Parts: sequence; C-alpha cells; structure tokens
Amino acid sequence: MDLLEYQGKQLFAKHGIAVPSGEVADTVEEAVAAAEKIGYPCAIKAQVLIGGRGKAGGIKIAKDAEEAREYAGAIIGMDIVGPHGEGPFRVDQVWIEGGSDIAEEYYASVILDRGEKKLLAMVSAKGGMDIEAVAAEDPEALVKVHIDPTREFDAAAARPIVEAAKLADDALDAAADVLVKLAAVAAGEDATLIEVNPLIVTNDREVVALDAKVTIDGNSLFRHEDLAAVADTVDDPQEQMAKEKGLTYVKLDGNVGILANGAGLCMSTLDVVAQAGGAPANFLDAGGGSKAEAIVNALEVIKSDAKVTAILFNIFGGITRCDEIANGIVTASQQIGLELPLVVRLDGTNSEQGLKILAEADLPNLHQEKTMLDAARRIVELAGGAS
Amino acid sequence: MSIIVGSETKLAVSGLTGREGSFHGLRNKAYGTDLVAGVTPGKGSQDVEGVPVFDTIKDAVTEAGANTSMIFVPARFAAPAIDEAIESGVETVIAITEGIPVLDMLKTYWKAKEAGVQLIGPNCPGVLSPGKANVGIIPAQFFDPGPIGVVSKSGTLTYQIGSELKQAGTGNSSIVGIGGDPIVGSDFIDILKLYEADPETEMIVMVGEIGGDAEERAAEFIAAEVSKPVVAYIAGFTAPPGKQMGHAGAIISGSSGTAAAKKEALEAKGVRVGESPTETAAIAVEVLKSL
Repeated sequence: MDLLEYQGKQLFAKHGIAVPSGEVADTVEEAVAAAEKIGYPCAIKAQVLIGGRGKAGGIKIAKDAEEAREYAGAIIGMDIVGPHGEGPFRVDQVWIEGGSDIAEEYYASVILDRGEKKLLAMVSAKGGMDIEAVAAEDPEALVKVHIDPTREFDAAAARPIVEAAKLADDALDAAADVLVKLAAVAAGEDATLIEVNPLIVTNDREVVALDAKVTIDGNSLFRHEDLAAVADTVDDPQEQMAKEKGLTYVKLDGNVGILANGAGLCMSTLDVVAQAGGAPANFLDAGGGSKAEAIVNALEVIKSDAKVTAILFNIFGGITRCDEIANGIVTASQQIGLELPLVVRLDGTNSEQGLKILAEADLPNLHQEKTMLDAARRIVELAGGAS
Repeated sequence: MSIIVGSETKLAVSGLTGREGSFHGLRNKAYGTDLVAGVTPGKGSQDVEGVPVFDTIKDAVTEAGANTSMIFVPARFAAPAIDEAIESGVETVIAITEGIPVLDMLKTYWKAKEAGVQLIGPNCPGVLSPGKANVGIIPAQFFDPGPIGVVSKSGTLTYQIGSELKQAGTGNSSIVGIGGDPIVGSDFIDILKLYEADPETEMIVMVGEIGGDAEERAAEFIAAEVSKPVVAYIAGFTAPPGKQMGHAGAIISGSSGTAAAKKEALEAKGVRVGESPTETAAIAVEVLKSL
C-alpha cells in the first residue's frame, strides 16, 4: 500500500525526522486558509501516488493569498499523468507547507531488497532529480549498502554510508541520523520502501525531508490501525466494492471480465485471453476454497463494470470444489441475473459434478469449454471488439 | 529419491487442531505421509484422530521423532511458529500460511539460514513427492510419479501444468511450491540445486510470475550449474504495471521484474519458455522424449 506524500511525512515526523510543517486541504477555501496560517511563500503540492508531479504542474510556490487561490484552484481536480504514461491520476487533495531555503539537495532511501533478503540503504549527493538517471549515468554517485539484519543499524553503521556519498561535512551527522530513522520507519511501520528525494540541507544547515514516498506492507496492517484506516480509501468503485466483499480485484481497461482461482492461474488466464486477441477487464482471484457466496459476490463486482461485455470463469479445482463453483453460478443467475455471455471452464476437484450441475440448470447465456485455450478463444468471440 | 519430502519424512503439523490444519494434515496422512504429531500450545496430551498433539515442536521432535514441520498457524502468529520450528531440531520447515508480514519473514529467513534448516514458503502449497509423501495442500490426484521435477511460485497454475503432464502420460519426482511472497525461505535456485542432485529427476519445469528477480537469478544459475534440461513458464504478461512510486526497486535488481524481462533472461540462457501452461507442458513432454 502506497502512502501519499503528506501521510509519509506524518510517519517521518512521528519518528523524529524533520519535515516542513503543513496542512492538507480538499478544497480551494481550505487551501487558502491553510496558506494564510502557514505564511508565504508556501508550496502547494498535489497529493497523488505518482512521480513527476512538478513537471506536470502539480507543485507551485505561492507568494500571497491570491496566488494560493489561483494555484490551489488549478491543482485540485487536475489529472496528472506519470512520467511513463501511468494514470491519469485525479488530484483530490493538496498539501500546503512552508517554503524552504535549499542549500543542498540529496537523495536517501531504505528499501527491501527481495533478492538479497535484506534492507538496502541508498544515499546520493545528487538529489532532486530522477534517481534512476543518476544510477544509470553516474553509478558511483549512488552509494548502496545492505543493512545487516542481525545487528542494530545505528549512527556508527550509517555514518560510513553518508560519508561515502560525499555529503557536505557539516551535514554528515544529521544525514546519518536521518538514515537511522528511515530504517526505524521501516521496522516500526512495516514499510518496504521509503524514499526521500530531495533530502535537503537548508541555509541554516538543517537536514529536512522535502518529499516522502512510502510503501507499507499490506500484510502488516493488522498491527497498524492508523495505516489500516488509510488503506480503506479506494478510488475505483469496482475496487471499493470488491474490497468490501473481501475479493482480490484489480481493474484493467478491457471488456472481458475474468474470474479464476489462485493468483498465478488468474494472471495466466489474462495472458491467454490477451494472446487470443481479447482485452481483459479485470483480475479477480476468487481464492482457494471458494464457496458459492464468493462466486455471487465476484459476479456482482465484475458485472458492475459497464465496459464488460462477456465473462470468463477459469477454475482449476484443488481445494476449491468445482461443484461449489457451479452452485454459485446457478445461485448468481437466480439472484442477480446473467444477461452477459458467460464462458465456464471447470477442471480439477469434483469437475464432473460441477459440469452436471451446470448442464441441468441449462442457463441461457452459459457456454462450457474443456480447456483454458478453448475457453479463451470462445470468450474473445463472444465479447466482440475491445471497447 | 525425490526432494524435500519422501518416505523418510516424519511430519509434525503446527495448527493440527485447527480446521484447515486438521483437514489438510489428515489428508496428507491418508496419502501415506508419516504424520507423527500435531503441535498446539496448551493442547499437549490431546490427539487428532489418533495423532498425538504436543505443546511444542521440540516435544514432537524428541517424543515422536518428527524431522519435518508444517506450519498452518494464522498469519499474525506464524512467524514465531516458524522460528520455533527452526530452533526445534527439524531439518525441514514448510510454511503454508499466507499473509505473514514481510519484515518478519526477513528475520526468520536469516534464522533458518543460520540454523541450516530448509525453509519452504510461506504462502505456498507445500511439497508433494508423488507416491511417497505429500506435505501441504497440493491435490495429489493430478500428479503421478515420474521424471519431471516441478518448482513453482503459484499453486493452481502448478495443478494446471501437472494435470496436463499427467494426461500426456508422464509424471513428477517432486512438486515444490516455493510461494509467491517477496521473501520466501527457498528460491528457485535452492530447489534447482536439489533437482540437479536428485537421480530420479531427469528434467525440470519452473513456473514463475511477475515481481522480484528470482527468475533472472535462476537463469544465471541454470546456465552455470544445471546440466538437466529446464523448461519454464512465466505468468503475468498482461498484469498492470501498478502504481509504481519510487524507482528504487528497478535500481537494485537491474530488472524491471516484468514477465517479458524474465522470459528474455531465461531464453538468453537457453531455457525454453512456454506461452501458456498447455504449451509449457507440451514442450516438457517433447524435451523428455528427446532425452
């Protein structure tokens, strides 16, 4: 789960990392009131989960109330497209913070390196720009050191890293302290990515985190009530509905609704449908041991996406029993109706009983296929051209 | 032979008194796995259909001779249960539980390394050696004994491929579900090593999916260390790139973690990669016939 900049900064402040003080605003009026309180110049920053906000016009410095009103009005409601074409992301909130004098701009991060099974600390004196480009063009400028999982990561361990990055001498102690605290954010908040770009040194030689990108491990939310509340806000209506029903659903752009059991089989189903020339509308993993009720819920979520013109069920029963799935389909047809063509492929545990249940129900829009590939070809025919 | 589990396995199941744990533990027993103990704190001296339950895994080792531990404990209690298993004296720990916080697993991973314990999972379907032993939730009816070793990040996808191999008249030495979590006890490389050394395994099918760089690392390892043929499948070509925030992930691994990058890395090392589970099984059968 990714946090917005201001949510990340709140976590930083909680762990003693210096951040500019500020306020979040949902409306232009709130933004102007916040700016008046904070004073000028102040920064008005779009709160979206994508990089490249500055270039897209999502960050402005206001000198007075008139500018604060103008910029907040322009930024709230704007659509920001990411540097690699991601999005667009609608801006619902802005963060207003006091302007900072910037003497130096650094980069600092602590992230989980899955390959090495360790946390990795990275520091560079070349902050404030695209760190991927720095890593590619001047790899020595980005210092990367793994944190020993069996020892405490303290100032003595952090100091050589910031020294190697050639930060200013008078900022070394404070920068090492920030690095130790970033590792504490990882451990204390179950963060798997914490990136600060830029980490600035002010004219008064204070080290301040001017940005925050934080990713929290979704599996850890049971022990972070405050963060769990953040996770409950989902923008997309289908994703919100799926979340309420406890389903794993990701919305895509196409018109072929998809349900499979197991994340791997579901991804594979999307691939096979795409290879057959179709465009998947979603990823929906019904999970192991899916029961009839879960199938009704899943169909409701898939159908609520107006783009969907046909639905594919690809089930390989292991713990999941195909007769349960078939009963779920019959129940769903009675409870919510099946106006759209539905292709069902059932294989594995109790598939014969499942196929028999479907044959006896004789549902008008239901088509059965024996293999995954045949099912993919059939659904693409029935779905028509991608919308 | 076979790998990780077999006729010598003596299994203790943590969570055997729970609903899922008893269902799958007893199913494993019915398959022929030597289930010697259940473990639930405070329920020592009870039994589950004749299988004695102990308070600790250590008791299951000393009193019932357990050498393999399976963890079926709810996520928030699972990491301490795995740690307990690592310290108990068993050789192998298979963690089925999904949803364990990844930074807990980071600590547990290094404890297992230090102790020299083979940890499989978490968030995995377990290990099946057809005809010998089944430890986990893999439905054994889709797999016959045979010469193909399977290692996979995904459960249902493995059942799909296994079932196609069975229909083609072949089978498996072992099926190892390593789990799809960011940190798992054993990666592709750890399992490839075991298959390379296993005389019953003539070839290997590897099933990967998007995320991380375990497949890319495996490709390097296969080129350098594996003499047996390897056929691969990767799921997730059409998966959305996600709302990526930092770019730090790509910097570390030098790989984007996409399915296309993984396929390319494997093919560059001479590994054939199927376009679908069906094609992958067909390639495996073709390779097997040519041996």
